[in-house]
Amino acid sequence: MSNSISTSIKSFYEYEGKHRGILGWILSTDHKRIGLLYLWSMVGFFLVGVFLGFLMRLEMLSMGKTIMGPQTYNAIFTLHGIIMIFLFIVPGIPAAFGNFFLPIMIGAEDVQFPRLNLLSWWLYVTGGLFAIISLFLSGGPIDTGWTFYVPYSIRTTTQVILPLIAAFILGFSSILTGINFITTVHRMRAKGMTFFKLPLFVWALYATGWIQIIGTPVIGITILLVIIERVFSVGLFDPALGGDPILFQHLFWIYSHPAVYIMILPAMGVVSEIIPTFARKHIFGYKAIAFSSLAIAFIGTLVWGHHMFTSGMSDTARWVYSFLTYIVALPSAVKVFNWVATMYKGSIRMSAPFVFVMAFIVLFSIGGLTGLILGSVATNVHVHDTYFVVAHFHFVMFGGTGFIFFAALHYWFPKMFGKMYNEKIAMTAVGILTIGFLMLYFTMFILGYEGMPRRYYDYLPQFQFLHILATVGSWVLISGLLLMFGNLLYSLRKGASAKANPWNGMTLEWMTSSPPPFENFNYHPEIKFGPYEYEHYEEAVKDEYK
Amino acid sequence: MSTNSHNIAHHRDDFGSKMGMWLFLFTELILFGGLFIMYMVYRVEYSEQFHLAAKELNLALGTINTLILLTSSLTMVLSIVAIGRGSKKISIFYLISTILLALGFMVIKAFEWGAKFSHGLYPGGTELANLSNGEVIFFGMYFVMTGLHALHVLIGIVILSFMLVFLLRDKINKDNYIKLEAGGLYWHLVDLIWIYLFPLFYLLH
Amino acid sequence: MEEKPVHQEHKNSPGYGYNILIWLTLISLTCVSVAVAGLDLGAYILLTALVIATIKSTLVINIFMHIKFDDPIFKLFFSLIIFTLFVLFVLTAFDILYR
Ligand code: HEM
Repeated sequence: MSNSISTSIKSFYEYEGKHRGILGWILSTDHKRIGLLYLWSMVGFFLVGVFLGFLMRLEMLSMGKTIMGPQTYNAIFTLHGIIMIFLFIVPGIPAAFGNFFLPIMIGAEDVQFPRLNLLSWWLYVTGGLFAIISLFLSGGPIDTGWTFYVPYSIRTTTQVILPLIAAFILGFSSILTGINFITTVHRMRAKGMTFFKLPLFVWALYATGWIQIIGTPVIGITILLVIIERVFSVGLFDPALGGDPILFQHLFWIYSHPAVYIMILPAMGVVSEIIPTFARKHIFGYKAIAFSSLAIAFIGTLVWGHHMFTSGMSDTARWVYSFLTYIVALPSAVKVFNWVATMYKGSIRMSAPFVFVMAFIVLFSIGGLTGLILGSVATNVHVHDTYFVVAHFHFVMFGGTGFIFFAALHYWFPKMFGKMYNEKIAMTAVGILTIGFLMLYFTMFILGYEGMPRRYYDYLPQFQFLHILATVGSWVLISGLLLMFGNLLYSLRKGASAKANPWNGMTLEWMTSSPPPFENFNYHPEIKFGPYEYEHYEEAVKDEYK
Repeated sequence: MSTNSHNIAHHRDDFGSKMGMWLFLFTELILFGGLFIMYMVYRVEYSEQFHLAAKELNLALGTINTLILLTSSLTMVLSIVAIGRGSKKISIFYLISTILLALGFMVIKAFEWGAKFSHGLYPGGTELANLSNGEVIFFGMYFVMTGLHALHVLIGIVILSFMLVFLLRDKINKDNYIKLEAGGLYWHLVDLIWIYLFPLFYLLH
Repeated sequence: MEEKPVHQEHKNSPGYGYNILIWLTLISLTCVSVAVAGLDLGAYILLTALVIATIKSTLVINIFMHIKFDDPIFKLFFSLIIFTLFVLFVLTAFDILYR
């Protein structure tokens, strides 16, 4: 084995496969290339989504029509929702970082089914294209909201079918990723990598894979039925034909609620990687965190009804779902307490990824705690369908998963691209992002509490001040995003080269060069210690990776 | 263990392939599970009308189709047993029988649907429009569930035909027939779903 | 050393005769369920039909689909899925039955 690793080994960027140039990427079955393909496409869609959000906030700057009318506003919030949910946050961390790092972290050369993996990226792109093409077809952009509720989605004259097909395809892509990850974790672990030596990110991806498999088919069939009902006017959900629209909501949320755990579990996994690395301490309660992932995955599958408290569900169902909702809070809290306990008495190093995580813990806790207000029937009735809900889900999805997406981007940036970014600018960006975020969304809590309904392009005079505040917040937030992405893009070209292990991590991705070679390792990884046993750091990390 | 790590990725892993196949089948089960949930809801809501509407279905054809599908499941298993014992010819015979039975199922299904259509019992059809809401929903569920099942039968036929080609070309052989097994699993799943569809629609008098 | 690529089959998987026996059972069960449906069992019609269907599917899953002879992990996975489906039914019923 050579001692000077990074000089003698070709990275996967330099590896020459069957195809060259762009084909070498879009036809590659290398999980690292697929991960990066996902990353780039997702960042692209995310920026489009942000732009739409920006337009909506601009509309809300003043009363009445500012830059668009009601129909345009409806189309834009629908599109914003579809892009952010189906194209950014659901595939999000698993497809980009999971693809890149799951095989490396368990010491494998690739995933179990590499070609299926490539197929799932192609499906993802096809779905995204369909969603965009649908805007220009007869009927015009869809205006149902990202939830596609019947009977409106059966009646509206806008183009509903193609976006639905897009969502179906995206679901299929997500299922394939899930199948791939679960099988990979079962079959491809390196020697000595027992289940309880798996990094917690891998555990989180494993649990996520199960939700993808169990939940996604339900939305698949639901979407299919809406298409069938629209095209052939079969009686399925339409009340005019005896159908039950509440049943549609059941089926929709049977997937879409677990989907929020598809969004957050991988993020929690990333947090469980970053905290021990920067606190240089054994993670507190490894098994508790691992099992709480499974528990969240399971209980999270049972609480979908809390989205339907006011839609005419039976009273029995309302208290059952409310009760179950409160139970999910437990495993989530287990995680937060364990993270905080891990930091206690650690030798903490304040770097950008860690600071992102700090912001995450605050924002996510606010999101989670306001979730309790929404989860109890009595209070839900009052704030349902107001900006309170909008604020809540932006806190958990954007402040939660979104921020961790950025944290992961910074944490693994040196490994993926072999370059370091500018630390000071990154820290500044976190600060601006957090301030902008709170201005934009915390304001929405107050707006919602005071009765501002969601999904309207106009508002009453008494909400004016808060709306202006929120819009200014959106500008701050977006400047933070631009600063952050600008910093990373600049470093991509001009940054200093990264060491193999810049953060002194102990998981396997740090025990190979930056960027890793094709098939990930130039030796056979053999695992002797748990992923966070820093007391064994000297022994575990080979000299060349210190 | 080979010293060159690059070989390991290309090492065959039948167990892993089977696991992947099973996970995929689970998604299929849940897909139909969603439909069965709908069925449950509507059956509770429209219990009377469901019984009424079910009288329109042809029990004899339904039963024959059930028997055909069960038999095709058997020939599928026997084809796998045969290849495991190295008898290629017998395996091919059973696989072809499976495909033929599947085609038979589709033909009968086509007759059934055809009869409904000629009676105006189709979405938007004249007869259906006169029926009560519950009956409309019954036929909605009937067409969607048996239709989606029939689609799976068609996909099954395509998959099994590919298996036949592999078998003829010795790509599937005594030492390597995980593909045939995976195809078989898929085929049994199609059977499995029909086992529930049959009583829920045809045995409702 | 590379191991010789033979099919990773289990020694105890059944042969022709056993499978045919299972098939006969399935056929008879189908006939029974059709016959029983003719009787006037009132509220039990659905129950008997579902019980028979479940026996049939258990046979298909265990024998034809080899779950019984395969690695226990498949049994575990399968039970997990069935259990989840069951829970989805029950929770939806909380709405439907009490509306
Ligand atoms: C700068 C970033 C963002 C801005 C300015 C923004 C702004 C908005 C606004 C103004 C609404 C509509 C509120 C209403 O009228 O009801 C909205 C809805 C929504 N946003 Fe965002 N958002 C941003 C980022 C995100 C992110 C990162 C996600 C997901 C991860 C997200 C997911 C959603 C969803 C799902 C809806 C609901 C759409 C619907 O009602 O159908 N947003 N957002």
